[in-house]
Amino acid sequence: MSASLKARIADVFDEPGCDINQGKSDKDRKKGCTKQLLPGAAAGGCAFDGAKIALQPIADVVHLVHGPIACEGNSWDNRHSASSGSQIYRTGFTTDINELDVIYGGEKRLFKSIREVLDKYDPPAVFVYQTCVTALVGDDIEAVCKRATEKFGKPIIPINAPGFAGPKNLGNKLGAEALLDYVIGTLEPEFTTSYDINIIGEYNLVGELWQVKPLLDALGIRILATIAGDGRYNDIASAHRAKVNMMVCSKSMINIATKMQQRWGIPYFEGSFYGIGDMSDSLRQIAKLLVQQGAPTDLLGRTERLIEVEEARAYKRIEQFKERLTGKRVLLYTGGVKSWSIVAALQEAGLVIVGTSVKKSTQNDREKIKELMGDDVHMFDNMTPREMYAMLRDARADIMLSGGRTQFVALKARMPWLDINQERYHPYGGYEGIVALVREIDRAIANPVWQQVRIPAPWGDDGETLGAVSAAVSA
Amino acid sequence: MASVIDSKKACAVNPLKMSQPLGATLAFLGLDACMPVMHGSQGCTSFGLVLMVRHFKEAIPLQTTAMNEVTSILGGYDNLEAALVNIRNRAAPKIIAICSTGLTETKGDDVDGYLVTVRKRKPELADTEIVYVSTPDYVGGFEDGYQHAVTAIVRTLVKPQPVKADQITLLPASYLSPADIDELREIIETFGLSVIVLPDISGSLDGHIPPDWRGTTLGGTTLAQIRAAGASACTLGVGEQTREAAQALQEISGTPMEIFERLTGLEVNDRLLQKLAHISGKPVPAKYRRQRSQLLDAMLDSHFYTGCIKVAIAAEPDLLLAVGCLLTDMGAKLTCCVSTTKSTSHALLPAGQVILGDLEDLEHGAADCDLLVTHSQGRQAAQRLNKPLLRIGFPVFDRIGNAHRRMVGYSGTMDLIFEVSNLMLDHVEHHHLGDWPLTSEALQAARSMTASVSQNISEPGLFEPRLADASA
Repeated sequence: MSASLKARIADVFDEPGCDINQGKSDKDRKKGCTKQLLPGAAAGGCAFDGAKIALQPIADVVHLVHGPIACEGNSWDNRHSASSGSQIYRTGFTTDINELDVIYGGEKRLFKSIREVLDKYDPPAVFVYQTCVTALVGDDIEAVCKRATEKFGKPIIPINAPGFAGPKNLGNKLGAEALLDYVIGTLEPEFTTSYDINIIGEYNLVGELWQVKPLLDALGIRILATIAGDGRYNDIASAHRAKVNMMVCSKSMINIATKMQQRWGIPYFEGSFYGIGDMSDSLRQIAKLLVQQGAPTDLLGRTERLIEVEEARAYKRIEQFKERLTGKRVLLYTGGVKSWSIVAALQEAGLVIVGTSVKKSTQNDREKIKELMGDDVHMFDNMTPREMYAMLRDARADIMLSGGRTQFVALKARMPWLDINQERYHPYGGYEGIVALVREIDRAIANPVWQQVRIPAPWGDDGETLGAVSAAVSA
Repeated sequence: MASVIDSKKACAVNPLKMSQPLGATLAFLGLDACMPVMHGSQGCTSFGLVLMVRHFKEAIPLQTTAMNEVTSILGGYDNLEAALVNIRNRAAPKIIAICSTGLTETKGDDVDGYLVTVRKRKPELADTEIVYVSTPDYVGGFEDGYQHAVTAIVRTLVKPQPVKADQITLLPASYLSPADIDELREIIETFGLSVIVLPDISGSLDGHIPPDWRGTTLGGTTLAQIRAAGASACTLGVGEQTREAAQALQEISGTPMEIFERLTGLEVNDRLLQKLAHISGKPVPAKYRRQRSQLLDAMLDSHFYTGCIKVAIAAEPDLLLAVGCLLTDMGAKLTCCVSTTKSTSHALLPAGQVILGDLEDLEHGAADCDLLVTHSQGRQAAQRLNKPLLRIGFPVFDRIGNAHRRMVGYSGTMDLIFEVSNLMLDHVEHHHLGDWPLTSEALQAARSMTASVSQNISEPGLFEPRLADASA
């Protein structure tokens, strides 16, 4: 690891906005927040994956991956982060290095690749991602990007987050650091208003941001930049002129919020668009901070009235599902971040939360879960697929909400399952989204297919067993 | 026939190629009670896992040695040993199958050497077979990784045995679906022969519901079957990519081999059935005689929609050959062919040239074609060009039922022909008013008759409804 990357990682592990981090001794803080991975029992993405996820939604730049085919070839265009305009971010670009590049270095190929993409696609900027192999052979992407920026007169941004540097979450932060180092503050907006905000850590999955934006528009609040969902390079470059920052996903890019506060004095708060209460709180916080920053005070009253109308409508729409959903048991397996923010809304529809994962949740998140659900809720750090399967098969839950990787645990146990992670197709943001989520839960549970698949075969329940399975049981 | 041209670009845009370790993983997923492991950073595994899940819609057992920066530089022995012990303790697989990645190959980890040491240090692994294949990301592609993995399985586990005259070994190509493998097994068994399929994803990735949760693969070639491959009377391979493993079987146990460059199409299947009749000494069953006749009829019915269409196709070498040849058999012209790596298969392709490139090359070459053929990542290009897309190969993540799509045997060939034809039928061009405007000379000529008539004629609406009626 280059000295600069090392210093950078140490830097992101000093997080003034995190209580746990600040509670550590200097020595412990240097070790970072990353749990040591267990070989042979690890799952999840790498730092490169994290950096790419964090920045890929910036829609009008070329995202060029410098490395062998696996890093981009196996992962491009795999998330439904929506753009209202440019589609260039969905094009996969990679240097696809070969054996000779490993031996002689891939810097020349990278430089030529940058020239090619500028010639062919003319983006406002190119983001160049480092990977394990090119980092290991010593390709200096920062130097290549510096030279290319001088030569071609366009910002060529190095994203130095090779996979082996750490897990996905570290990559989110390193990607964010690149924005702070090379992008934010390099341009001035055409004009500013007292209602300008940035939304940080929002990826506009399946267009979710667009469920929220009309609310802000109605209040006259302008989104100066979103980082990164439906983002544009020039907007993000001039994001430092916003009056308020909202941090959406509490862990992924907090360093942008804290450093923008240090550098430009922009206050920030952490909020969520998932769930009715959270949506309303977020609107209130935005209004409060904007007024503190000098916006006219009538914003507060207007916000409250909007919230009142929207909340009443949302609860009324959820109410109609109550009769069908009351008492149904939900198992939440979300990686933890979003758990508490949707629990309240699910409870409003009469659903009972029987368990939730807290793997990625902070202490604060855990407190909130306890507050919402009482002490007897089953919080688990890391449920094995086998435990999950057993829980579903023994019908201790009626539906599981989780990401794509665990869906088959539910489906093989012949249990309803709803995708609430990044590969999903339904948007669940704001007052609109939570109603959609409850409707999808109802749709999943009410589907008659569950009765069908649970009818045992007439010739005995073992009809579909393949011989191999019994062999394993005996092993 | 086709000449191979290297795309001279420095930057691959919209990659076609998938990495070697992913291909190796697919091969390992066809072994029963197996846990595949990628020796690399956890991202290598995570990306591959997500793609596999999206394609097969199945839980995919796949582990990682979770290399970090320090272990990458100092060497991955400790991680590899820890991974093997952890997997043995947690999932108790019969086989742990390891492939390397770009990261550990660049460092130069001597995994073969590591495994010798692990065996000495960890007697608790004595009941677990370990297969290793070297698959750097920066060499070759998916098909190559699969090919080398199958060879590694053979070289590690097959031992010479007395020959059983009625047993044959089938080596499927990486692009065959679980349903394809089932089809071939059925054909072979109808001749009274028993068959060992290596690897057999029809047992593990066919989308069945097992009675219990298992951490390893849910089926596939068992360890006993792999070992028994040494007794087969013959090895049949599908695709040039199986030659390496067939040769390894020949070296180990002297098994004669025959490689079918494809099993999609009429004549290649005639050849397969003749070969099986020869080995078994039995006539071709009535069932397949009838299927052959059905295929002929299907080809006749479909040729209207496939004749003379221009096809832009991008796929790995053996799949390109299989689908490209069938389309050509059906009257299509391969106007743009893109592939991933060099292969002897390209020499057989009925096309002028094959570009070793990416989906940008396909998109550029597809401007005047009628049909795009590639994996799901071609969907953006198809949308931009507004052309139908036939999804083939890996990954196909925006369609379900991939495990049950067939393209081999008479009936599988028929399935693929129907799919192509129906796709073309959906895009039959509808003509509109004004599709056949008169030339200016004709108009001028018509106008010059008399001044009063020419004013009417200059409005095209007057004559063209009649033309449209006539064409309808």
